[in-house]
Amino acid sequence: MTAAAAKVAKPTVTILAAISKAYHDAMAEDPKVITLGEDLADPEGGGIAKITKGLSTAFGDDRVRSTPISEQAIMGAAIGASLAGYKPVAEIMLMNFTTVAMDMITNHAAKLRFMSGGQTSVPIVIRTMTGLGFGSGGQHCDYLEAWFAHTAGIKVVTASTPEDAYGLLRSAIDDPDPVLFIENLPTYFAPLAMELPDSSHRVPLGKAAVQVEGSDVTIVTYGRMALESRQAAAKAAEQGVSVEVIDLRTIAPWDKDTVLASAAKTGRVLIVHEAVKQHGVGAEIASVINEELFGQLKRPVKRLGGTYCPVPYSKPLESAFAPNAEGILAAIVDLAR
Amino acid sequence: MASAQFVADSEVLLDVYRRAALLKANDERARKVILSGQIAMVYYSYRGQEIIPSVMGHVLRDDDTLCTIYRGIHDMLGKGFPLRELWAELAGRTTGSCKGKGGPMHLTYPAKGIMVTTGIVGSSAPIANGLAWATQLDKADRVSVCTFGDGASNIGAVHEAMNLASVWKLPTIFVCQNNLFAEHTTFEKMTGGGDISKRAEGYGMPGVRVDGNDPAAMYSAFSEAVARARAGEGPTLLECMTFRFFGHNFGDDDSYIPPAQKAAAMAADPVPQLRARLIADRIATEEELAAMEADIEAQIDDALAFALASPWPEPDALRFDVFEQEIAA
Repeated sequence: MTAAAAKVAKPTVTILAAISKAYHDAMAEDPKVITLGEDLADPEGGGIAKITKGLSTAFGDDRVRSTPISEQAIMGAAIGASLAGYKPVAEIMLMNFTTVAMDMITNHAAKLRFMSGGQTSVPIVIRTMTGLGFGSGGQHCDYLEAWFAHTAGIKVVTASTPEDAYGLLRSAIDDPDPVLFIENLPTYFAPLAMELPDSSHRVPLGKAAVQVEGSDVTIVTYGRMALESRQAAAKAAEQGVSVEVIDLRTIAPWDKDTVLASAAKTGRVLIVHEAVKQHGVGAEIASVINEELFGQLKRPVKRLGGTYCPVPYSKPLESAFAPNAEGILAAIVDLAR
Repeated sequence: MASAQFVADSEVLLDVYRRAALLKANDERARKVILSGQIAMVYYSYRGQEIIPSVMGHVLRDDDTLCTIYRGIHDMLGKGFPLRELWAELAGRTTGSCKGKGGPMHLTYPAKGIMVTTGIVGSSAPIANGLAWATQLDKADRVSVCTFGDGASNIGAVHEAMNLASVWKLPTIFVCQNNLFAEHTTFEKMTGGGDISKRAEGYGMPGVRVDGNDPAAMYSAFSEAVARARAGEGPTLLECMTFRFFGHNFGDDDSYIPPAQKAAAMAADPVPQLRARLIADRIATEEELAAMEADIEAQIDDALAFALASPWPEPDALRFDVFEQEIAA
């Protein structure tokens, strides 16, 4: 590709725009899709990131409701409406605020289908934003996905491209079971795609994406760390190391087949997530790779994750907390030695 | 506070008694079955609280929904939970309403509007609001009832739910069964203000304290709350005063209940009181009520025999109902 052609082909579409379109399309196509959360109707500004802007005007105050700052009440209302046949999308503004509603999410949303012997189900989507980068400190940007992945009965999803954000949110809304849809706030506004997907686009839950193909090292990652990993893979290629980047997209239940096939091919695996490394999702993935592929691995599975401390405020500390492209590259080079 | 608009006539009282007699007999049987060793289960006796759900069950329709709690079998039976599916679930068998996966604390029966039974104090309330929201969206006149105890009046979920119900004007009815004990702790010791119904005022909804053991008062108060909800006039908090004859869960040492208080409450047992009133007021004869009670015992006999003769689930059942799609073996 020439330099001039690259300029013409500059991406303009953001993850934020894709999520917003998915929301509009789902509500336009199915009157059973309803939504609630703090500040999300138009009189309150259409959400803190404007994701839901226009929904209440287009679909009415009954289907699109701003709520009090009451996360238990929000989740309870979503669960109850789903029991009556609706498909609620509940926004818990920030992932740390799910802690206030954990009883509703883990004791009720995740378990009612099983505990009722399949008589009831909870087809809800919980949208929540998180991720460091804005200096918001210890209670506004944690990645807590391992807690939910550890709870049987709820699916956990996150996207690192606008196409996947659209396709995953539509699939999450279509899904007959509860889905936690994690959005990375700092990468909302990055132009990453050429155009918005059309309304038929879906990404199946439980299916990973091989975003970069390679043969020397496999990276298993998701969310913002997939962006960092793609950058690191490009740099590694310059040094002659061929890296395969797998974005899980669905963290639970995760796509073992795709991960194990790649791990068997390369024999070297690096797992990267922004969440604290200890007891994180990476531990589960590493463990399964070891159980399935012990004799085929060329190196022990390596993990990069957040530091074992609360997310710090000060910029140098915040930057040091989580993995980045540079650190991922170093780990790749170390594995490929 | 109870309105004169809804008066319990003889037909109401007879039906309330029919339900209350079933509830009383079922509780007595459950305790007997546990002691006999036939079924091992966690059990929260509701003995003494029968009138409240018997009235609710009489007033509510099948499509009105109920979110209840671990001490909630009386609420469910009042609303028509079938005995065979109930007992088979208590016994953990495949023929139970939840295929043995829920048990006594998670009984569910949507055909009668029994949508959620929670083992978490206060968690019935937020979910009831969602069912009420669905009623608004459907432009229907169903009501959504949640029940909870006086202990739950002190947990945040109930307060969040009452506020949301008020600002969204939801057809939710918050039924607090105040049995004067939160687990082992007395009501007055841990509940500020001493009157739960007064908390409703702070949320801008009617709050009514009613003698939950008095069928006529209970009928009047509950019917009025239902009428308001059906008319789109919003939620009500009912604090129904009652008493729990036994410990928090079956088998606990209930010495924390003062013996004199317990003896007085048992002497004022609302079920035989209603029975005596039916006879005194010539609403039913002794023979008719005895026949009704014998029929209830026979139904429980049948349900228990059905449950104990039903198969246990196979371990493979663990792969099903986690998600709609089965978990791979």
